[in-house]
Amino acid sequence: MSIVSSIERLGAWVIDGVTSLGDFVIFLAAALLYALRPPYKVRLLIRQLRAIGADSFFLVGLIGLFTGMVLGLQGYNTLSRFGSEGALGTVVALVLVRELGPVLAALMVAARAGSAMAAELGSMQATEQIDALSVMAINPVQYLVSPRVLAGIISFPLLTTLFDVIGIWGGWAVGVGLMGAPNGAFFNGIAQNMSGHDIATGVYKALVFGLVVMWVCCYKGYHAQRMATGVSRATTSAVVLSSVLILVSDYFLTSILL
Amino acid sequence: MNQNSDREGAAISVRDLHRRFGRQQVLDGVNLDFPRGQITTIVGPSGCGKTVLLKHLNLLLRPDSGVIVIDGVEVTALRSRAQNEVREKFGMLFQAGALFDSMSVFDNVAFPLVELTNLNRDEIAARVEETLEAVGLQGMEKKFPSEMSGGMQKRAALARALIRRPKILMLDEPTTGLDPTRTHQIHSLVRHTQQQFDLTAVMVSHDVPAVFEFSDRVAFMHQGRMALNGTVAEVMAAKHDNFTQFLEGRASGIDEPLAAAAR
Repeated sequence: MSIVSSIERLGAWVIDGVTSLGDFVIFLAAALLYALRPPYKVRLLIRQLRAIGADSFFLVGLIGLFTGMVLGLQGYNTLSRFGSEGALGTVVALVLVRELGPVLAALMVAARAGSAMAAELGSMQATEQIDALSVMAINPVQYLVSPRVLAGIISFPLLTTLFDVIGIWGGWAVGVGLMGAPNGAFFNGIAQNMSGHDIATGVYKALVFGLVVMWVCCYKGYHAQRMATGVSRATTSAVVLSSVLILVSDYFLTSILL
Repeated sequence: MNQNSDREGAAISVRDLHRRFGRQQVLDGVNLDFPRGQITTIVGPSGCGKTVLLKHLNLLLRPDSGVIVIDGVEVTALRSRAQNEVREKFGMLFQAGALFDSMSVFDNVAFPLVELTNLNRDEIAARVEETLEAVGLQGMEKKFPSEMSGGMQKRAALARALIRRPKILMLDEPTTGLDPTRTHQIHSLVRHTQQQFDLTAVMVSHDVPAVFEFSDRVAFMHQGRMALNGTVAEVMAAKHDNFTQFLEGRASGIDEPLAAAAR
């Protein structure tokens, strides 16, 4: 009897898991499909580009600056042990462009814009505003989710690039300006050793992270439970899950793109 | 009552509707007709399934089995695009209003016209003004939902529900959270707009017996079915234990002091 019931419970658990995974995938497919279908809401897209992209500029720039500065400091300290201070520019730029830029920018935007998005959609769900859209014959996925996912895909690579550029200048300021690494070698190393492929790798990652973060945060908010803790739970799990997925997918993307 | 030859029959018919959530059979064979041009109010204890029934009528949920016919169209099996055509026939007032809190009253009320019609700015503004006047909110266009009382939010939400001049109005507990005076005002506003716009109204309500004064027909829902259904006089005259208990339970004021105070 207890064996039967535990098998039953296992079965129910597996079915629940597969069903919600299916919901999760269908949700993204619907958002992308509706993004391609008229009516096109440029106004909504621009509003989201502002919320996700423009409003994150300062934060992403600030984090980029300090990340670059730390890289300049650590890089100089390590490289000077081997007498290779000239490679500082290459190290800072490659680390930022290939790895830290896309990952840290994505984590910051997930924490800033993604959490806000999950909370906003969650409270719209809780107060029946999403149902109200449906009843007014407006597809809520097309109206709410598609512009956010699109805006994420567009904004993330731009923010990542901003992060990279500011980070390289931060590394230069500390490595060259403060610690005295050779100025010419810093930029010459970057020009010589950074390929288009390196830059493309970073951009591809940013595209994927943009999609993943917006997908997760919109899904969690959209499916928030209608109770007091529903919105907070949705927001927390949106940020946690998107952070985990950024790092997990980063590994696989790196292994594919290397 | 209100029936001419061309308006006979029901605006909405529900036949043998079943819906189960997990192990709970929430709708267990609902049969109900909503005659045109009348207010039909569905009452019943909390958890009896009346809100779930309403969510089937406005096509937010699909039944496990059974049929819903709205204005001659069987809606239960429609695909989403065809569903939206049916939805144009009705307006819905949600329990908490469900106004978009990022928009002003004007933008909220104008929203369905802006999104779904080709009317120009002036036409939209004129229609919004006319509709806000019908619900007694003239001059409030620029307010935001957070700046208004619960009663005013309901009025604005009613204006949004009416803006496309629907044939059918659905109301989910429109007086929840309002004091007795506001409750009375909203009820008479619903009656007034129902007559002004010649609507078939479907109302789900806790407010017994206050709501009977403003209803043409009453359906009492109990354990997922319609236990009683008829004109207000018929239902009040019927001897039905559960219904009597339901009314008395409310009247004793244990569950809802507001409803008791309203009388």
